[in-house]
Amino acid sequence: MTCDQLLQTINEYVDGTLDMVLPECQEFAEHLAGCNPCQVVIDNIRKTIALYKAGEPYPLPQEFQARLSQALRKRWQARFPQGGS
Amino acid sequence: MSRFQQRIYSLAWHIVGQRQDAEDVVQQTFLSILEHLDTFREESSVATWVLRIATNHALKILRKRRGLPTVSLDVSADRDDEARLPHPDYIAQWRDAPEVLAQRAEVRHLLEQALADLDDKYRLVFILRDVEGLSVRETAQSLGLTESAVKVRLLRARLMLRERLTQALGDEATQVFPPHDHQ
Repeated sequence: MTCDQLLQTINEYVDGTLDMVLPECQEFAEHLAGCNPCQVVIDNIRKTIALYKAGEPYPLPQEFQARLSQALRKRWQARFPQGGS
Repeated sequence: MSRFQQRIYSLAWHIVGQRQDAEDVVQQTFLSILEHLDTFREESSVATWVLRIATNHALKILRKRRGLPTVSLDVSADRDDEARLPHPDYIAQWRDAPEVLAQRAEVRHLLEQALADLDDKYRLVFILRDVEGLSVRETAQSLGLTESAVKVRLLRARLMLRERLTQALGDEATQVFPPHDHQ
């Protein structure tokens, strides 16, 4: 397996969607079992994703939140003037 | 509701990179939701539907910045998708676990910078798929891409971010080198 072929399989492997029945996937698994650099790359990618997922959301500015609520209330009243659903 | 607004604001900020534009995206998104409540088809979850609306509004802003006329970003597959993948250069174990790193201000800054430095077409796929958790199919539909293009761009984004973060967060003592049979 070439490096490109290995890398192309990595997404599926990281996402757990690799069909291990397929011969090329078995070849990938066999390679991975004996290749420490590839194992580390996969671990790095998993940690990269986890790190971004763990990130704090950007805080919504309070004055914007107030303006947004006002704009939505106004639009809601215009759309449902009778106060209907 | 405000937690959801915050989520959309974060998504918008990741895509457009500026406070004013991110606020515009949030406002347009929730106004759109009010206008189109009756068009929600229940083919996806409410969250996914809203994320797609927000993504569309964010893409409009990106296109406006580039002075491009049409609504959707020209994100169709291009030559870059067929070019050789960026091979890992610096390979090392990270010094700390993600949950520990996420608490540090300098790491948060690194994450923002690394994401901002990605080309739009890779950043968008990474944000929707890996940060927001949309499926490959939902990501493809949101961006007007094939699923195959999503996978290729996601891989590129992951590899580029991995490289950048590992350069900063990797333990040099654990650096390893690919064997010579990696061609």
